[in-house]
Amino acid sequence: MSLLTPRREPVDRPAPSAVELERRAYRRRAQIRSVVVGTASTLAFAGAVVLALRLSPGWEDVKSSFFDVSIGLDALPAILDGLWLNIRVLVVATVAVAIVGSALALARTLRGPVFAPVRLAAAAYTDIFRGMPLLIVLYLVGFGVPGLNLFGRVPAEVWGTVAITLTYSSYVAEVLRAGIEAVHPSQRLAARSLGLSHGRTMRLVVLPQAVRKVTPALMNDFVSMQKDVGLISILGAVDAIRSAQRVVTDTYNFTPYVVAGLVFVALSWPLIRVSDWLSARARAREQIGGAV
Amino acid sequence: MSSEAAAGAAATRPTALSVRGVRKYFGDHAVLQGIDLDVAEHEVVVLIGASGSGKSTLLRTVNLLEPVDDGQIFLREDDITDPRADPDAVRARIGVVFQHYNLFPHLRVIDNVTLASRKVFKVSKAEAEAKGLALLERIGLADKARSYPDRLSGGQQQRVAIVRAIATDPELLLLDEITSALDPVLVGEVLDLVRDLKEGGSTILMATHEMGFARRVADRVVFLAGGRIVEAGTPEQIFNAPEHAETREFLARLHL
Repeated sequence: MSLLTPRREPVDRPAPSAVELERRAYRRRAQIRSVVVGTASTLAFAGAVVLALRLSPGWEDVKSSFFDVSIGLDALPAILDGLWLNIRVLVVATVAVAIVGSALALARTLRGPVFAPVRLAAAAYTDIFRGMPLLIVLYLVGFGVPGLNLFGRVPAEVWGTVAITLTYSSYVAEVLRAGIEAVHPSQRLAARSLGLSHGRTMRLVVLPQAVRKVTPALMNDFVSMQKDVGLISILGAVDAIRSAQRVVTDTYNFTPYVVAGLVFVALSWPLIRVSDWLSARARAREQIGGAV
Repeated sequence: MSSEAAAGAAATRPTALSVRGVRKYFGDHAVLQGIDLDVAEHEVVVLIGASGSGKSTLLRTVNLLEPVDDGQIFLREDDITDPRADPDAVRARIGVVFQHYNLFPHLRVIDNVTLASRKVFKVSKAEAEAKGLALLERIGLADKARSYPDRLSGGQQQRVAIVRAIATDPELLLLDEITSALDPVLVGEVLDLVRDLKEGGSTILMATHEMGFARRVADRVVFLAGGRIVEAGTPEQIFNAPEHAETREFLARLHL
């Protein structure tokens, strides 16, 4: 129903009774009251924060070195240029993580002694890369692998992408595996009883349900990766953060970092909203008619 | 105003539950089209009707799991459909047993039974467990008190669910097709327990497909179709001499 068209009672619906009308009026008043209270408390809180900042003794210094509007605006084009690199790295890494992560998750669900080495290798991989700080992986891949002199000159952002893929594949693999194991065994039984092979059962029955179950967790990993692509700057890739850093060293003013930070927030914000909406919708579908 | 008249009438009756002109819509579909129903104290009222007739929805509105779109529901003299009423306080006065038991799998049987006493009514753990064990004793499951629900059969789980619902001495017990998910062999033990509750003086509103049981345990049988009460009366009236064609058709389809 559109928000603009008035709510219409269906033809067979009798006019609401006086009691019902009074209830609706009360609920409307309660809703208005809660909106008013919510707005007021938000404003009061924001006011308190602003006041605390303003009253702190170092505010003027912090303001000029972190919130200098003209320096921020000057740095913005270079930062946005750099962001384009982050976005390309993100797209490639996302596809790579989807492939590697799924492969790892499936490898860990393989049954039978023949696959023991595969299972073990996948388990070892996820254990190592989930535990190792991304920064270390970036150093090892970004400076160590080129040192082997196997590939000729490869841009830093490529190694950055590889490092991010290595780390995030292990996270995503574990999330997917949890999802696969959360699909009730009866689903697998039903699929196998139809004569579907293990592989088809996975692809047609288990994985679609598993992915649905873990969509919020996957979205969370994606948003997290979206900001971690900024770490490729430590390898020398000229991305948004590196571009900001250049202006910072030129001007001795930290505003470009704040701008770069806000740009990353702006990049992830739509997706955070979409993932919230998706999980809210999934929840609504699972508890049809539940008022509690 | 008609609502005040209804409120006054309800206040003078010895009724546990009074449903007045309740309507409920899902989108454009009218699920309840003006239900009027009284349940007196210690009375067992059985709702029968085909799937989709509104039995479950009616039970859910009484427990405030579904907000009504019109009409009022009184528990004793309190209008529980009033938006100013605290739904948690209302639900604490009503016991509910679901079709699929809905026991908490992470809690042992005794903890399932005593949860509401301890957390909602602030009864001491020792006292709540003593009472819980006594109730489990009555249904012959005292030895399962320390087990987890998944170690129990369906019938045992449903009996535990009933005990969980009555552990806080609710004014009204709602039973929503409590035998529908059970093996025919296990139905008997659950229905025997319900009959015990009736003899113990519980006020019960239940929806069921077990016509034999409805006939034996009901003080009054209410036949619902299309969200309306078609016919209500004693089990003898409804099962032996139904007045309405719709009731006769429904019973005929069940080969009764």
